[in-house]
Amino acid sequence: MSEMSSTEQQPETEIDLAAAEALLGTDADRFKHDYLEVRGLRVEFDGFVAVRDVDLTVTQGDLRFLIGPNGAGKTTLIDAVTGLVRATGSVSFGRTALLGRSTHRIARAGVGRTFQTASVFEELTVLQNLDIAAGARRAPLTLLRRRPATPEAVEHALETVGLTALRDVPAGVLAHGQKQWLEIGMLLVQDAHLLLLDEPVAGMTQAEREETGQLLRRIGSQRVVVVVEHDMEFLRSFADSVTVMHQGRVLAEGTVNEVQNDPAVVEVYLGAPTQGDLA
Amino acid sequence: MTVLTTLLRPGRTRTLAAFGLAAVLLLLAPLVLSPFRLDLLAKFLCLAMVAVGIGLAWGRGGLLTLGQGVYFGLGAYLMAMHLKLADAGPGGVPDFMLLYGTGQVPGWWEPLRSPVSAILLILVVPAALAALLGWAVFTRRVRGAYFAILSQALAAAFAILLIGQQQTTGGTNGLNGFRAFFGYDLADPVNKQMLYLIAAAVLLLMVAIVRQLTVSRFGELLVAVRDQEDRVRFLGYDPAAVKVVAYVVAAVMAAVGGALFVPIAGIVSPADVGVVPSIGFLIGVAIGGRATLLGPVLGSIAVSWAQTSISEQFPSGWIYFQGALFILVIAFLPGGLASVAGKLRRRAPEGSPA
Repeated sequence: MSEMSSTEQQPETEIDLAAAEALLGTDADRFKHDYLEVRGLRVEFDGFVAVRDVDLTVTQGDLRFLIGPNGAGKTTLIDAVTGLVRATGSVSFGRTALLGRSTHRIARAGVGRTFQTASVFEELTVLQNLDIAAGARRAPLTLLRRRPATPEAVEHALETVGLTALRDVPAGVLAHGQKQWLEIGMLLVQDAHLLLLDEPVAGMTQAEREETGQLLRRIGSQRVVVVVEHDMEFLRSFADSVTVMHQGRVLAEGTVNEVQNDPAVVEVYLGAPTQGDLA
Repeated sequence: MTVLTTLLRPGRTRTLAAFGLAAVLLLLAPLVLSPFRLDLLAKFLCLAMVAVGIGLAWGRGGLLTLGQGVYFGLGAYLMAMHLKLADAGPGGVPDFMLLYGTGQVPGWWEPLRSPVSAILLILVVPAALAALLGWAVFTRRVRGAYFAILSQALAAAFAILLIGQQQTTGGTNGLNGFRAFFGYDLADPVNKQMLYLIAAAVLLLMVAIVRQLTVSRFGELLVAVRDQEDRVRFLGYDPAAVKVVAYVVAAVMAAVGGALFVPIAGIVSPADVGVVPSIGFLIGVAIGGRATLLGPVLGSIAVSWAQTSISEQFPSGWIYFQGALFILVIAFLPGGLASVAGKLRRRAPEGSPA
């Protein structure tokens, strides 16, 4: 899974949690209480119902993991929240209703996401990637000028995800794990308050997973974070709570322990076979 | 200190040097070329203006604009209409209308009588059409080959429309026989030379504009939209808006090229605006290197020059040569001839001045 060859030639990169402070704000902001609320969500593709009757509430400070077998509707749920697919029901973030808005307006309302395959702008440098992510609220005419200096938020994000030394490198040559980190950095400078991460540690080394988990936990204390993940060990280490989906519905919800001991969950997903996969 | 280091960055010095060299060469041309050849070069420069815009829209923005003949034609026809009205004098009727039409100037020609409003319309009409069309197409997420086919169909329709309106557009013959350009006699070689210099200056200005757009934050965003449109959307931008800007800039550049082409070539007809010339614009850009700054300009001029000289030798040979060249470049050199320099530089030993 992990891509050893490319990581070896590059300077070591490390997550810097202290730098995240400047981006996330201080603890005083913690009591703003953003939350994601999904009610009766239904997504249908040509008669096939991919997601049905989904209710979901995720609050700030609750690092939520979303799990389920392939085809359970996890990614479709994220697609619906971010406006990529049509859905009925209601989705709101804080006081903002999200359903029916176009994708870029949902993003401007503070919703950010990553994709299963790291999708960074490969021909642009790490710095340019972050600068674009930071710039959606810039006045159109200022775009016609060259970047005067590195914006402060971008500087902090570079430090947070440990890519300061690689700032002028095209994002396409980054190692897989570094690309994933760059994506998280982009969400941070984008100033997303709801972060939807689709398999953020897929293909990472054990050390990288550990660091990513710490960072997500740090972000989760001040943002609403939903992580779709298959890696059970990662989930046990970092999840505050878990929502299990199966065939488009929410099957169970609770702490890692509660969910693991839920007979219905064990039956469809978490049982012995999965443990065996993890070795 | 930062200013100094930015100025001395290899990218910028090289661009400035290339820009200066191009300016000197363009200024020297009138001294070495016969009036006939200079006139040809001036024509090529006008066609190169279209290429500069395509370089931005296609090379940086990934918009395969197969119908730039429409905007070139709009600029050209608006200018030609103004020149015809100016030749006819205040309240006069252009000669071809007396021959084929009612002998009355149609109402929609009248705004072009005044030189100021003619120049404004040459800039505004293509920009407005491109903005309207671009908005309609890009917000519906029409892209790739579908956009290319759509823009080409538009070029075909535009040419057919012009042919059908003989009384008001000159039909297949187009508009020709201009005597003066904003009061300057077009038969005088000095004025022809002036037109060449105007074309050269405008082309350099356009290259400078595209260079500024490319290095700006907009340029980075445009590349981001080209490569990962959805990702850009999830960052809170509307990719359609970014594309529309690039498309409008390309359209205006094509229109200005068309407007200057008219007094230099002395004629514009539907044959200059249809599908074939629209593809021709693109071929120069592809051969020169669509993603580079000067590639489209040099490629376009080279293709125009080759077309003229090959057609002089083998009147029907050009079309085959053009097709073969296009296939060769797309198959073996997708980055265009400009990428050859980059490939050679990479082979050169480390540390040698590039």
